[in-house]
Amino acid sequence: MKKRSLSKKLLGAPYILWAAIFIIVPLLIVVYYSFTDADGNFTWSNITQLVDYKETFGISILYSLIATLVSLVISYPFAYVMSKKNEYVQKIMMMLVMLPMWMNLLIRTYSWMNILERNGIINNFLGMFGIEPLKMIGTPGAVIFGMVYNYIPYMILPIYTVMAKIDRSVLEAAEDLGSNAFSKLRRVILPLSLPGVVSGITMVFVPSVSTFYISQKLGGGKIMLIGDVIERQMQTAYNYNLGAALSLVLMVMILISLAVMNRFSDNDGSLIV
Amino acid sequence: MKKFAGNLFIGIIYTILYAPLLVMVLFSFNESKSTANFTGFSLKWYNELFSSGSSMEALKNTLILAVASAVIATVLGTMAAVYIYYIRNKAWRGTVNLVTNIPMMNPDIVTGVSLMLLFVFIGRLIGATNSLSFGTLLIAHITFNLPYVILNVLPKLNQTDPHLSEAAQDLGSTPLRAFFNIVLPSIMPGIMSGFLMSFTLSLDDFVISYYTTGSDFQTLPLKIFSMTKKTVKPDMYAISSLIFVTVLVLLLIINIAQIKQMKKDAAKKN
Repeated sequence: MKKRSLSKKLLGAPYILWAAIFIIVPLLIVVYYSFTDADGNFTWSNITQLVDYKETFGISILYSLIATLVSLVISYPFAYVMSKKNEYVQKIMMMLVMLPMWMNLLIRTYSWMNILERNGIINNFLGMFGIEPLKMIGTPGAVIFGMVYNYIPYMILPIYTVMAKIDRSVLEAAEDLGSNAFSKLRRVILPLSLPGVVSGITMVFVPSVSTFYISQKLGGGKIMLIGDVIERQMQTAYNYNLGAALSLVLMVMILISLAVMNRFSDNDGSLIV
Repeated sequence: MKKFAGNLFIGIIYTILYAPLLVMVLFSFNESKSTANFTGFSLKWYNELFSSGSSMEALKNTLILAVASAVIATVLGTMAAVYIYYIRNKAWRGTVNLVTNIPMMNPDIVTGVSLMLLFVFIGRLIGATNSLSFGTLLIAHITFNLPYVILNVLPKLNQTDPHLSEAAQDLGSTPLRAFFNIVLPSIMPGIMSGFLMSFTLSLDDFVISYYTTGSDFQTLPLKIFSMTKKTVKPDMYAISSLIFVTVLVLLLIINIAQIKQMKKDAAKKN
């Protein structure tokens, strides 16, 4: 018995070691860099400097919240309609939702830039009818659109998964008890699909708030998000300490929002009904 | 009418989802260098692609990295899942699970930055001039793949009947043999999906690679990034189209096989 438990520990040892060195220690090093200067002396200056970026943080959070909301508004009816189809059609439809994700995000986003830019495909098309080119790249709308476009499958997938699992007989029971379509949606489908909505919200919000490529390409260099600032500090300004402080704040912010979202899903529906 | 509105809505969303892919495929066949004006059909970008050393090099690097990181993550992750499955102490199990979830909860940029700082820190300690390389990139990929392997294997372990393995041992099998003959085959689907997921995640990763690779090792997403800093020539569209079509064919084969199986099962039930 002793020998067996030892062999199991040996089985886990490589992973425990790996996780300690490459998951835990890097986070501690982020904290270390956040509170030191380039020479390794303790300082608060990285943290106090963050005040300069409060607008960037504000814009990043605002845009990602809008993108998350838009994704939800589109995904919910989408998943609902999809869950009504027969199972083969559902399978194909789900595959078609996931398929664009197999194309690298950089290429998808660059392709949108080609479509939306001043001499791009839409403006060329409009030009044929003598319509003045529209300014799309460089607007907040384009950046938010890019977030919605790239991350909406993460919203559709969990919502569809919970909707497909809803027992038909529960819906029939609601009908038998006199529910109309609206109250059926509000009192049965909505509460039962809430866990999917909650995980969809986090799965869209987290990558949106930390993106830098989407804002670089579709923001036309005019819109800076937290991700852009971190990228600049780490890759061009080589101010690792400020980059670390920014990452630390981003991480803490996301951990708090994850904790809040977990609360929501624990309370299971009581909030909405 | 209601049904029509639903289908119209779905149709519009699919059109938007596929618009950039259509643009990509179309302009990969463009005769001119433009990625906005289609002037005529030509295969020259595909020709250029296959004769370009750096694109093929990047493709090769991407595949090497994806296979290596997926194999290592699958072996380590499966071992870890078996270990986690047998943890009795609840607090310890909770801690291990929490740590496992960190790379999935953290945004990619934070994972990338934290690993980069670790490598830079160690590099400074040992006095290396260049602390980032293929090795650090591989470590980073294994690190973000591990939780996906564990999360694919653990549920399969929970589904296996522990009595089976015990019975095998009662019948004289060593624990190791019991594991390889009884447990391993039943968790194989989880291991396989963990491997495939790791492989594709690694293939597609840009953000974490961007922070952890050295200048001497470029993968395809990194090459695309450096190219999109300037104007992209359609050859990037050509290579992406090729990858996309490959994935499409693979997925179609898998899905058709699954649907056939579903139909067969349904026929059996009736």
